[in-house]
Amino acid sequence: MKYLSEYRNLEETKKVLDEIHKITTREWNIMEICGGQTHGLVKNGILELLPEKIRMIHGPGCPVCVTPLNLIDKAIELLEKGVIVCSFGDMIRVPGSKKSLLEAKALGGDLRVLYSPLEAVTIAKENPTKEVVFFAVGFETTAPANALSVLHAEKEGVTNYSILASHVLVPPAMEAILDDKFCTIDAFLGAGHVCAIMGTEEYEPLVKKYKIPIVITGFEPLDLVQGIYMAVKQLEENRFELENQYARVVKKEGNIAAKNVIQKVFEIGTREWRGIGEIPNSGYVIKEAYKKFDAEIKFNISHIKVPENSACIAGEILRGIKKPHQCEQFGKTCNPSNPLGAPMVSSEGACAAYYHFSVT
Amino acid sequence: MKDKIDIGFETIHLGHGSGGELTRNLLDAIIFKTFSNPFLDQKHDGSIVDFKGKIAVSTDSFVITPIFFKGGNIGSLAVHGTVNDVAMCGAIPKYLSLAFIIEEGLKVIDFISIVNSIKKAADESGVLIITGDTKVVERGKGDKIFINTTGFGEMHPKANISVSNIYEEDIIIVNGFIAQHGMAIMSEREGLEFESNIDSDSTNLNFLVKDLLDEFGKDIKMFRDPTRGGLGTVLHEIANDISKGVYIKEEAIPIEKQVAAACEMLGLDPLYVANEGVFLTVVSKNVASDVLQLMQKHSKGKNAAIIGSITNNHPNKVVMESLIGGKRIVSPLVGEQLPRIC
Repeated sequence: MKYLSEYRNLEETKKVLDEIHKITTREWNIMEICGGQTHGLVKNGILELLPEKIRMIHGPGCPVCVTPLNLIDKAIELLEKGVIVCSFGDMIRVPGSKKSLLEAKALGGDLRVLYSPLEAVTIAKENPTKEVVFFAVGFETTAPANALSVLHAEKEGVTNYSILASHVLVPPAMEAILDDKFCTIDAFLGAGHVCAIMGTEEYEPLVKKYKIPIVITGFEPLDLVQGIYMAVKQLEENRFELENQYARVVKKEGNIAAKNVIQKVFEIGTREWRGIGEIPNSGYVIKEAYKKFDAEIKFNISHIKVPENSACIAGEILRGIKKPHQCEQFGKTCNPSNPLGAPMVSSEGACAAYYHFSVT
Repeated sequence: MKDKIDIGFETIHLGHGSGGELTRNLLDAIIFKTFSNPFLDQKHDGSIVDFKGKIAVSTDSFVITPIFFKGGNIGSLAVHGTVNDVAMCGAIPKYLSLAFIIEEGLKVIDFISIVNSIKKAADESGVLIITGDTKVVERGKGDKIFINTTGFGEMHPKANISVSNIYEEDIIIVNGFIAQHGMAIMSEREGLEFESNIDSDSTNLNFLVKDLLDEFGKDIKMFRDPTRGGLGTVLHEIANDISKGVYIKEEAIPIEKQVAAACEMLGLDPLYVANEGVFLTVVSKNVASDVLQLMQKHSKGKNAAIIGSITNNHPNKVVMESLIGGKRIVSPLVGEQLPRIC
């Protein structure tokens, strides 16, 4: 596969790692925003190949991990009401306050795992006597496809389709992390695929305001070490700039067609982040014109609110204050078969990545 | 036997499981005719067979959606799965029992095609169907068809398969490309259809296993076929069983390009994708290259490769060296492997 094997090249990756070792003189804390990057770092054993002085902090960019508990309970409520609930795969094992979607399915709920929300519209067409809801979670990356499903349903006159939306945005989360008084982060690896949609411009103000390097980075081993190298080089040279390591995919302006689709269906509003809390202007909410596709309104479930498990320190993990193995529950009461919180469930979650792959 | 056969009915219904006339019609027209052999032809409640020495027995139930897939169907799978499990014990599979649970509404033409596949797979594997059962359940109480097979095999005289024979530096070899079966099934599942030419690898492994035991006897310490849960889960089981470490290299694991690409696209780790024609063997270091050569000459082992070794470091853990030289733990699969969001 072009653009893939080149970025898994052993020799090239080693060269860049050597360069990182050469230029590093001080201790630096670098946060990779995206769960896919955390996964790549741990799965390829990159963390142990970095200089000891470089500490990678795993950011909140795992869509499953930041989806609030309320939303999972709402989806389960829909399943129990006889609605066909469609979801991305790794959402279904996340524990709600009483059970997971997978357990609700075993009790008779009609749960479908899909790769594309457009398939949920097809399911709605094929089941005209039933209601079909797509569990529309994720960052800017999944927003275009979810918005498109709404536009598609409207165009096709499908009235038994709606979405349970919980879209969150990367820049406000970065700002919330930087504003935290415990924040020790010196540089960010920006989320490559989010920027493929949104472009890079919205990161310029963050770089200036917080005087912090941001390097938009991809997901393959060579991408990751290049991104880290560029961040360390800036820090060592006392620079703070927006750089784009992932230029083969990310354009400055992003994907305009995708952004148009998002803007048609969604507007920016307050969103709750699991483990972090409510952040103003941090997510997408469905615009007035498309409210009839909003499952929360359609099924009157917005009142469902539940507290988080107090033993789970997901909030501290997601803000990079603690590492997974610094949690007392890690690997003991909390493991992938019995996760206390979302970061242990999703393969992109920092806790699951450490549990599954980490040698130390 | 042709698929297009007129047996007087097109669909199987509850009456075919009643034990009466309809059951007899179904059995006579399809089962007994297809599998005719001296044991089955007695139409007794069971069969009486001779064995020399120790026997290996293994049973497995097959439930799969869809029942027909590229490279096989539930019938061939039910034979290969159990034949291979018996072979993994170090035995020569001889006989199979065959039990169906059919959901009413199954098309007779589909049933015949499954039965024909069973016959073909059994003939190719050198096993006879010697007893069986057929039940029919109401619509909605099954998933078209479930099959259970139990296999019986004579232990190979030279077999000395035991985890207690495994030592540090023993070598782990797989016979071919991994993750084919799981990805073939995945490509045809509802909601996930994607175009591919990936065939299931479902096949019998007993002849290659026999050749290995004939040639290398006690130097073969273990056979294991990584079906559900994939190679990663089986390696983890081995590490736990022997209380030693397993060290493997990512670049050595044989995987076909198209399968790797499909896994990449769906966000699945091929180490945890199911196989039905793959086995791994743990052998003494001194015979490893000869074992590999023999496997590569056999039709069921052309893509065989040495993937790693046993170590006293990191007991009970599987550590994989990544393509770029980093190391990571290979942990067992929890539940089903779930596709990632993005």
